[in-house]
Amino acid sequence: MWIYLLRRLMQMAAVLMVVSLIVFFVMSFTGDPVLMVVPPNATDLEIEEARRSLGLDKPLWIQYFVFVKNLTQGDMGRSYIFKQPVSKLVTERMPATFEMVGCAVLFALLVAVPAGVYAAARPNSFLSRAIMGGSLFGISLPSFWVGILLIYFFAVELGLLPSSGRGGTRLLFGVPWSFLTWDGLRHLVLPSVTLALGTLAVLLRLIRAQMREVLRQDFVKFARAKGVSSRQLLFSHALKNALIPVVTFFGLQVGNMIAFATVTETIFAWPGMGKLLVDSINASDRPVIVAYLMIVSAIFVGINFIIDVVYTFIDPRIDLR
Amino acid sequence: MKALNEFLRSEFFFHFRREKIAVAGSVIVVFFILTALFGPLLVPQNPYNLQSLELKNAYKPPAWLEGGEAAFLLGSDEQGRDMLSGIVYGTRISLFLGVGVMAASCLVGTLVGLYAGYAGGRADTLLMRIVDVQLSFPAMLVALFIMSAFGRGLEKLFIALTLVGWVQYARTVRGAVLAERGKEYIDASRLIGLSPFLVVTRHVLPNVTTSLIVIATIHVGNVILTEATLSYLGVGVPVTEPSLGLLVKNGYDVLFSGIWWISVLPGCFIMILVFGINLLGDFLRDELNPKLK
Repeated sequence: MWIYLLRRLMQMAAVLMVVSLIVFFVMSFTGDPVLMVVPPNATDLEIEEARRSLGLDKPLWIQYFVFVKNLTQGDMGRSYIFKQPVSKLVTERMPATFEMVGCAVLFALLVAVPAGVYAAARPNSFLSRAIMGGSLFGISLPSFWVGILLIYFFAVELGLLPSSGRGGTRLLFGVPWSFLTWDGLRHLVLPSVTLALGTLAVLLRLIRAQMREVLRQDFVKFARAKGVSSRQLLFSHALKNALIPVVTFFGLQVGNMIAFATVTETIFAWPGMGKLLVDSINASDRPVIVAYLMIVSAIFVGINFIIDVVYTFIDPRIDLR
Repeated sequence: MKALNEFLRSEFFFHFRREKIAVAGSVIVVFFILTALFGPLLVPQNPYNLQSLELKNAYKPPAWLEGGEAAFLLGSDEQGRDMLSGIVYGTRISLFLGVGVMAASCLVGTLVGLYAGYAGGRADTLLMRIVDVQLSFPAMLVALFIMSAFGRGLEKLFIALTLVGWVQYARTVRGAVLAERGKEYIDASRLIGLSPFLVVTRHVLPNVTTSLIVIATIHVGNVILTEATLSYLGVGVPVTEPSLGLLVKNGYDVLFSGIWWISVLPGCFIMILVFGINLLGDFLRDELNPKLK
């Protein structure tokens, strides 16, 4: 067990190493960053001076080693635009993103699990067909467009919900959260629903497919013969077994949601790290882009690791080796 | 002609006709393909030709609303560009990119998968590691990263989306090769002296074509959605060649003043197109999956 964990940790470090290599070298093709730092009327001499002080006159591979060395010390450079350490910029905005992703995850689960179970239990009913058709529809929707529609109906036409920003926040553990105030909660609704929709649809379809497979097995017939109520049969006997593959998938989906949060945050002007990324891409603020990618990659690798470990707890048939 | 007759009498076509949903999906898809191919001949404007635009025609609502004109059936945008023309040209870009990226990804992924599965050993381990790592990162984010490094452009978008897309084909094909490799008919074809290339392409590949068709269908829809999203974020197609996603983005700025058609209508077209593709893909998956029969 411990050896397995250790090996996995080393694998994670290796993956992050490769990611840092790719991110560094690809980003180094994107033009001369010195021109982003110096004032527009700088002389050639000043440009050379700035280049030297940033260490950009050295060969690329030396720059890479400096980059990695600083990375291990938590230093990812300073933003060209904000003139602040980028690690601070990204981590400051992380709670906003996590909050939105968390709400979206919750919403997706609350709808997808019961709907998926129902669609599996009564595959031919009208409602099930509607659920399945709706979910296929949900997969086909461009999420940014859904956000725009929601804004148009709920914010512009009806004026029911706010369309941008986080609203009021309250501190918890020194971090501002929106879900602790009524105003903040109202601001959370539209972005979270927009973000959840795609995942909800895919999750629902997966749960239904898994449930249908499980319901065909002998132990379900046995439980039914034994007189287990159909609700208990579905939710406690069958669902438990059906959820095992869903867990892996769900981990990937959480990663996907963090990625798609860039889109949702841009639409709803949600001050999270995704919006920071998009703004930085448009402003060619390279250190922020690199920092975002490294931090988010670390999060993805971490999620994958946790999922693998959780897997062994819920499915005793899998043996860690 | 004989092949067509055979197809019309096949079990596949029989099931297809009975599934109204699949027929609906293919009607949608065929409609969009025809639009992409011939639509530019029928629409009133070439939206790329800036000289034909007149600012006095800006922000015309769709024809069925008050103040709308028949000349601008679906309204016009801030430069006086006819939305219908913009959508038809945008559909063209979105669909061609979707199909092109699918074809390229399928080719690259299949070759890699065949090689990895058949050669085995170190090459296989290395290639599959790459696939695993890439699959653990969301495709959208990888594409966003590539596009942010290289900048806007159709050909860059094509390369970025292909770099993201080939992995799923590689994994599927490799799995199939591994499943078939130990079988007797493969040994037999090797014994009669066929080269490894012929063995895998002629004898192994036919076993995966059905799964490839399903993946490829859904992939086209996904590429269209990803492209639209990237263009919406401002890192996709260039401003001079608006795809459907970029049209939605252009309309977003004026949404709050009640001018909804510029972003809502192109989005509708994306949705219907991708929905049609997914309907078809769903049918194909059920139909071509031997386990469900």
